[in-house]
Amino acid sequence: MKLELDDVRVPLAHFDLHVTAQLSSAATGIFGASGAGKTSLLETVAGLRPPHGGRVVLDGNVFDDRRVHVPARHRRIAYVPQDNALFPHLSVIHNIRYGANGSPIDECVRVVEIEHLLARRVTTLSGGEQKRVALARALVTSPRLLLLDEPLAGLDRPLHARILSYLQRIRDEFRVAMLYVTHDPEELAGIADETVVLEQGKIVRMGRTADVVGIRPA
Amino acid sequence: MTAGDWQVVGFTLRVAALSTILIAPLGIAMAWLLARRNWPGKSLVETIVTLPLVLPPVATGLLLLKLVGRRGPLGQLLERAGIDLVFTWRAVVLAMMAMSFPLLVRGCRVAFEEVNLRFEQVARTLGASDWRIFLTITMPLATRGIVGGLVLAFARAIGEFGATIVVAGDIPGQTTTLALAIYDRTQLGNDAAAYRFLGIAAAVAFAALWTSEAFLRRRGNAR
Repeated sequence: MKLELDDVRVPLAHFDLHVTAQLSSAATGIFGASGAGKTSLLETVAGLRPPHGGRVVLDGNVFDDRRVHVPARHRRIAYVPQDNALFPHLSVIHNIRYGANGSPIDECVRVVEIEHLLARRVTTLSGGEQKRVALARALVTSPRLLLLDEPLAGLDRPLHARILSYLQRIRDEFRVAMLYVTHDPEELAGIADETVVLEQGKIVRMGRTADVVGIRPA
Repeated sequence: MTAGDWQVVGFTLRVAALSTILIAPLGIAMAWLLARRNWPGKSLVETIVTLPLVLPPVATGLLLLKLVGRRGPLGQLLERAGIDLVFTWRAVVLAMMAMSFPLLVRGCRVAFEEVNLRFEQVARTLGASDWRIFLTITMPLATRGIVGGLVLAFARAIGEFGATIVVAGDIPGQTTTLALAIYDRTQLGNDAAAYRFLGIAAAVAFAALWTSEAFLRRRGNAR
């Protein structure tokens, strides 16, 4: 995976997101305090928030440019928001099939071990189960890139290692590159090779996770 | 209850239902446009749509009469097409549509706004088109609010008086609705009949509002 963000500018409520970076790791951390513009950066890459300038290019495909804006639905970039946004009126299996377009979902279900949850209503699932369903739903589109917004937020500590292990499996078995947004450096140590630190919409540091946030990868 | 009384009740329910069915597609589309899209002239359209809520109903009736009367711009077109409108049951439907449209749009707009945008965004990243998202995510999650809005519009249509009497008159057996019947029975001093109609109108309005509230209360899972 090679994601190029070239002079990407997105006006936000209190400042502009203004980013230039070339990311090519299997998993890249986006680290920063609340309100630093991390989620807006994910939304821009996903195509949900068109930039007011700059270029977004993924593996040679120009997604945003002065003249081009490829809509989110044609990008094949999966997005798991912090609250998962599982469709509350659909069962687990119908949530997962939503983006499948007829292709099989077995592998995606297996990798996050939710075979036993398929018939359930999503509103009856625990936080950890919801996260796994959201991951499976994101994977069925065979995404080029997986965007994860604070995937461990709101989950009990003991669950963190388990969800992280699923993410590692996804990274290694599905070979899906990911951008992993968090404000917790310890999470990044377990998953991201490379990390970008955002402050007030600007990249202030960038490099190997260990060097940037001071914690050795697991 | 006489056969004439039942005729009034049946007529009112039929025209109110027809009015609600006719405004539903445009009302729902308008509500979605107001809730989900920004476009030039949006606030102007929003104001015009809301106007019948705040204008005296008789004034709305007068505007409709100017529009669809024989010399009105729409009236001439209708006349050429051989359609009689003013002082017919069609005018009753028209008055009901105009008066209940704002309520329908408001109800549906709130219903759409309460659907979490994230659901639609995620659906987009999953490859869904706008139309598919509307049909499979937005509409199902807004259904209760939309049904609530439709019931409210229906109830408003049943109670419609001011605009109706101007464009449709009060012609027994042809344009007399429940509200008009209550008025003219009172005018004629036939209090017993007026109270009978009052009871029916109250029962229908109560049932409609109760249904609407029940739908609105159960609209929890869209958030």
